[in-house]
Amino acid sequence: MSGTYLGMPSFPEAAREAVHNETLRENLRHATHTIRDKRAKAVAELADWAQLREAGRQIKDRTLRHLDEYLVQLEKSVTAAGGTVHWAADADEANRIVAGLVKATGEREVVKVKSMATQEIGLNEALEAEGITAYETDLAELIVQLGEDRPSHILVPAIHRNRGEIREIFARTMSEWGRPAPEGLTDSPAELAEAARLHLREKFLRAKVGISGANFMVAETGTLVVVESEGNGRMCLTLPETLISVVGIEKTVPTWQDLEVFLQTLPRSSTAERMNPYTSTWTGTTEADGPRDFHLVLLDNGRTATLADEVGRQALRCIRCSACLNVCPVYERAGGHAYGSVYPGPIGAILSPQLRGTESEIDASLPYASSLCGACYDVCPVAIDIPEVLVHLRERVAGQGGKGHRLEKAAIKAAGWVLNHPAALAAGEKAASKTRGLHPRRLPGAAAWTDSRDLPEVPPEPFRDWWKKNRT
Amino acid sequence: MSSRDQILARVRAAVADAPEAPEVSRDYLTTHTADDPAAVLDLLHENLADYRALVHRTRPEGLPALLARLLAERGATTVLAPAGLPAGWLAESTATRTDDTPASTAQELDAVDSVVTGCAVAIAETGTIVLDGSAGQGRRRITLVPDHHICVVRAPEQVVASVPQALPRLDPARPLTWISGPSATSDIELDRVEGVHGPRTLEVVLVEEGTSTE
Ligand code: SF4
Repeated sequence: MSGTYLGMPSFPEAAREAVHNETLRENLRHATHTIRDKRAKAVAELADWAQLREAGRQIKDRTLRHLDEYLVQLEKSVTAAGGTVHWAADADEANRIVAGLVKATGEREVVKVKSMATQEIGLNEALEAEGITAYETDLAELIVQLGEDRPSHILVPAIHRNRGEIREIFARTMSEWGRPAPEGLTDSPAELAEAARLHLREKFLRAKVGISGANFMVAETGTLVVVESEGNGRMCLTLPETLISVVGIEKTVPTWQDLEVFLQTLPRSSTAERMNPYTSTWTGTTEADGPRDFHLVLLDNGRTATLADEVGRQALRCIRCSACLNVCPVYERAGGHAYGSVYPGPIGAILSPQLRGTESEIDASLPYASSLCGACYDVCPVAIDIPEVLVHLRERVAGQGGKGHRLEKAAIKAAGWVLNHPAALAAGEKAASKTRGLHPRRLPGAAAWTDSRDLPEVPPEPFRDWWKKNRT
Repeated sequence: MSSRDQILARVRAAVADAPEAPEVSRDYLTTHTADDPAAVLDLLHENLADYRALVHRTRPEGLPALLARLLAERGATTVLAPAGLPAGWLAESTATRTDDTPASTAQELDAVDSVVTGCAVAIAETGTIVLDGSAGQGRRRITLVPDHHICVVRAPEQVVASVPQALPRLDPARPLTWISGPSATSDIELDRVEGVHGPRTLEVVLVEEGTSTE
C-alpha cells in the first residue's frame, strides 16, 4: 500500500534527508541523466518541435478557456457511445463513486493501470477500507505497492530502487499478494520482469473489473487514450467486463486531430521514444470487444480552483511527461519523495500547492523547492512557465503571513546542498543561460514581491548570482 | 446542486475574466519524410527494427510460404486467425488454425502459440502499426495475450509517413491499438526488457505490392 502524504515534513527537511542517502542519489542521477540525454536526441529528430510545442500549448489553453463546453460535449459523446459519465467534485466523492461501481459488480478485487489521478485521490486506500483489493499492474507501481512504498517519479515511480532492492521486495512479498516469486530469483532485470509477468498474469486472466486513468479524452468523439509500454494497460482495458476510468477534467482535448500533436510530443518527452510500445484508444463500449460496461469519472479535486488563478492555471496544461523532473537539479538531489505528493519535481512544486492549497507545511514549502534555473520550462512540451508560477506561489505563501519568511530561510539552507554539488549547479545554470535568449523570463510576481517587506527580492537571474548576492 | 453543475459552474466562474484563447496555429509539419513510398517503407522497416520488432519483406505471392516458415521456426502448433483474414495467407502453414470467437476465454487465448493479423495503418516515422479491429485484425485481446504476434502490412497502401497522416485514416469510434515494437519495460534501472505482458515477439511482414500495372 502506498503510504499517506499527510504529515509529511516540509520540502527542505525531507530533501536534507534524501541527499544523505547515497544509493538513492546514485539511482536518481543515473536515471535522470540517461532519460535526459535520450530525450534531447528524440526531440532533435523533429524539425518542427517548436511548432508542435506551441500548438500543444495553444490546444490546452483553448480547452481550458472553454472547458465547460468541452466537458459537456465529452459527456455527450461518451454517453452516446455506450459509456456512463460521473462527476466528482473532490477525492472523497470520486472514491465513493468508484467503490460503489465496484461493489455493484459483486467483485472484491480490481486490476489497475498506473494512474496519477487515482494516486492523487488515494483510491487504493479508499477501496481497501471497503474491503476491495486493488492490484497495481505497472511494473514500477507493483514494486512500489509490494514494497509498501510511495512513488517517486511520474514515469518511473520506482526510480529510487535498484535491482537488488527489487529482487528482495519480490522474493519477500509476492507470495502475500498471489503467485510467489520463482525460487532462486536473481537481480537480472529480465528475470525480475518475468517474475512480474507470471505474478500478474493470473490476476489479468481472472479480473472482472479494471481501473484506469487516461492521458487524453477527446471531447468531439468521446475517445479516451492510454499511452503505455508494458501491455498491462491493454490487459486492464480489454480483459475485464467493467472498466472504470478516473480522469482529471483538464485531460480533455477538443478534437481527434489534436492527438496528432500530443502523440508526437508526449512519447519523445517522457520515455524519449519515437512512440511508446502501446497506445490504446476506446470510445464507449464495443460489441464483443473489451468491457461491456464503461464508466468515466470526471475529477475536479482542486482543478477548478487552479483554473481560477490566472498565473497558476497553466499548470493544468501538463501532460505528465516527466521531462521537467529529469532536468531539475533539485529533483535529482532531493528525490521524488521529498515533494510529499504524487506529483514530484518542478511540476509537483507548482501543481500540488494549487490542487491542495498552501495551508500545510509541505505545500507552503513546495514553491521554494527550486533554483528557478528554468530548465523545466525549456523541456516542457506544453511550455508551462514553471518558474513564473513558482514565484507567483511564493508570493501567495508570503501573503499568508509569517510562514513565508521562515520558509525562505529554510529553502536557502536546503539549497546549500545544491551548492555543495557543483555539477548540479552547473547543469542548472547551463540550462538557464541557454534558455534565457529563447524565452522572455517574465516574472510578473516579482514586482509585487519586492513590495513585500518580509521577503528579499528573488530576481530573475542565474541561481549562482542570486546566491552570491543573498548569502551574506 | 449536483457535482456536475457545481463543477461546470466553478469552471465558468474560473475563466469568466480570462482572455479569449486564439485559434490553434497548426504550422507544424504533416510529415518529416520525403514523399517517396520506397523511402517511407524503408524508414518503417528501420524504425520497427530499432524497437526490436523482427521485420520481413515479401511480395504478395511469397506471403503464404513466409508465414508458414515463421510459424514453423517458432514451433507454433496452434495459430489464431481472426475472422476476415485472407484465406490464402495461412494456406501453407501446418499449424492448427483456431478462430477467435467472443466466447473464447482469456485462458484459452493464453494457450495459443501464435496469432496472425493484418493492420489498419502503419506509421513509418515512429515504427508503429495500428490495429482497428476490422476484418483480419480481430478483437484487441488476441494480439495481447498470445506470446507471438505476426502482423502483415500491405505496402504502399497501408503505410503512411507520420502521425498526422495516420489519424485521419483511423475511425475513433473503433477501439484502436497502436503497437510500436514488442511490449517493453524500463522500470528496473532503465534497462529495457522486452515482453512484460504483451507478446514478447512481434514480427512484422511488409508485403510489397510492387508498382501497379492497372
Ligand atoms: S510540466 Fe511540462 S515537462 Fe513537466 S511533466 Fe508536465 S508537461 Fe511534462
